[in-house]
Amino acid sequence: MSAPEVIPASDKPCETFVLNVGPQHPATHGVLRLKLTMDGEYIMRAEPVCGYIHRMHEKMGENRTWAQFLPNTGRIDYLAAMAYNHAYVAAVERAAKIAVPPRAEYIRVITTELNRISSHLVWFGAFLLDLGGFTPLLYAFDDREQILDMLEAVTGSRLTYCYYRFGGVCNDVDADFIRGCRDFVARLRPRLKMYRTLVTDNIILRKRLEGIGFISQEMCRKYGATGPVIRGSGVAYDVRKIEPYSVYREFDFDIPTFPEGDCMARYLVRMEEMAQSLRIIEQAVDKLPDGPVLSSGVPRVLKPPAGDYCFAVEAARGRFLVRIVSDNKEIPYRVRLRTPCFSNLSLFEEATAGMMLPDALAVLGSLDLVIPDIDR
Amino acid sequence: MSLSELLRMLVYVVGVMAFVGLNAAYLVLAERKGAGRFQRRPGPTEVGYAGWLQPVADGVKLLCKQLIVPPGADAALFRLAPLLVMIPAMMSLAVIPFSETLVGRNINVGLVFVFAFGAINVMAVMLSGWASRNKYAIISAARVVSQDVAYEIPMLLVVITMLMATGTMNLHEIVQQQAGWFWHWNLFRLDLNPLMPVTFIIFFTCMLAETNRAPFDMAEAESELVAGAFTEYAGMGFGVFFMAEYANIVVGCAMTTLLFLGGWQSPFGVGSGVIWFLLKMYAVVFTVIWVRWTFPRTQFYNLLNLSWKILIPLSLFTLILTAVMMKVLRA
Repeated sequence: MSAPEVIPASDKPCETFVLNVGPQHPATHGVLRLKLTMDGEYIMRAEPVCGYIHRMHEKMGENRTWAQFLPNTGRIDYLAAMAYNHAYVAAVERAAKIAVPPRAEYIRVITTELNRISSHLVWFGAFLLDLGGFTPLLYAFDDREQILDMLEAVTGSRLTYCYYRFGGVCNDVDADFIRGCRDFVARLRPRLKMYRTLVTDNIILRKRLEGIGFISQEMCRKYGATGPVIRGSGVAYDVRKIEPYSVYREFDFDIPTFPEGDCMARYLVRMEEMAQSLRIIEQAVDKLPDGPVLSSGVPRVLKPPAGDYCFAVEAARGRFLVRIVSDNKEIPYRVRLRTPCFSNLSLFEEATAGMMLPDALAVLGSLDLVIPDIDR
Repeated sequence: MSLSELLRMLVYVVGVMAFVGLNAAYLVLAERKGAGRFQRRPGPTEVGYAGWLQPVADGVKLLCKQLIVPPGADAALFRLAPLLVMIPAMMSLAVIPFSETLVGRNINVGLVFVFAFGAINVMAVMLSGWASRNKYAIISAARVVSQDVAYEIPMLLVVITMLMATGTMNLHEIVQQQAGWFWHWNLFRLDLNPLMPVTFIIFFTCMLAETNRAPFDMAEAESELVAGAFTEYAGMGFGVFFMAEYANIVVGCAMTTLLFLGGWQSPFGVGSGVIWFLLKMYAVVFTVIWVRWTFPRTQFYNLLNLSWKILIPLSLFTLILTAVMMKVLRA
């Protein structure tokens, strides 16, 4: 049996109907609505309708002090809150010219990478759930639980972290955390191998994902797709390498890319990224310097000098950019958040034209969308 | 009709209904427990000792719920569909021999009878989808029809192969031919057809597809079609579909056992009885559950490709091979 080619939809679209997938639907993982114009089971047009969970994070930023906006950042992409914390904190640090102690930078990298793995594990489980395989979800959550426990011990929360502060992090990590990191690296490596043999090499999964949902490099550029989506199209675009921030320059890690551009490529990118994050954590734990974790010279009431500042990080789903405009007051003049899921979702319509419904939902899963991240 | 005959009939009607009901209820529990074990969790444990009363609690909950007929739906067909899906499974069990003597009706066309009733299942799911007036349900109904038509063909080709090999449509006789050690089971009787294990796998695959079980559960692909053809059903209407799924699995697994695994025959030549039939049947049922919690769902066109491009040619080939072997070797 040859690999499934793109099956052409009938050339006579005689009668179409509109199928609303969402706002409440098991495959959208949140309140996203897809307005599908269907010809039988073929999708003629897929129109994402977002805004159901819009919470005006950007406007909220203009109504509270610099520090008060910090908890909001953890609630945009709730699965990868650390990276979002990091982007905002680093943007303010850049604006107010606050130096960060090296130990704090290492802790930031370790926690962000742990958070990236936990985010990818959720995606792994949820994606296979979309494809009708329920069992991997519980294995993935079992692994994720270890990360959540470790992060809970240092940050005090399990999901919407607010751990970073202007000039460092709020708590120092203890020996238990370091030991936990090493144990976790030792635990997850064989588990990733197991996922490879049990899930990735499964013929049904390969048939479902290979050649499905092709996204070209041009499409990625056109819509501004980043993260595993663009890397699954063969572009080695990763903010950690292209514009290295924090202490990422000091670690040896690869940017996994797969040129196929199909769902399988995006799947493999994320699976490989977990292994790379483990490498970073291992190195960071070994190199972790001593010293303070919070810079002492940060004023109680922060008034960054007037100006326009940007900071981009590689979040679990792509490039997350915070742009802040300060007019030297206690509250920001403007906070702009560039979230990766919004751009990644925008190519959905073009990528799924003429596709069958189950394939389109596989594409949706392979984009790894977090709905509050789209709507902000 | 004598009184004893009437009594015997009554006992069998009650027996079959109880068997179907109990199986449906406790296979749901077995599936949930089994799935739990596959997923490193205990499954239901709260109701009764180790969760043994869970099916009762589920049943009571479903019974207490209102039966909703959505506005615009075809009320008569909508209510008829759950019955149509349950009755064939019960009817089939009337001719399935559990042991040498334990059989509702030992009729000469038992084999055809079971598959004839099995075909009604498709119509029931299609009706439920059509009558619901729901887009997801209609998509699901269309899928079910094309899937079941596609898989009925290789399945019936396999049945014809078995019919030629055994020379009878009487399920009782088919099992009696397999008496002796386990290599006398049809599965291992390579003298009838050297591709017998392949035939078995085709039959098992088609059985999974016919009962709409994962990885072929297109009818209620929950991440795509919410609950497929059953989206609009509430309360016991849904409950009956759910029970029918398990009743159909029982029938399918029973047929697998009868046709290939020697029915009630003991694998060691002595001690044949109903216990062997049940053991083999539940082993097949366990495999069905095991498959569901291990594999993701296939795509629809891959599913049809598998049937039209692989299973049908293969089953046709085994059919011709059996015919040639019968002519050449046994003539």
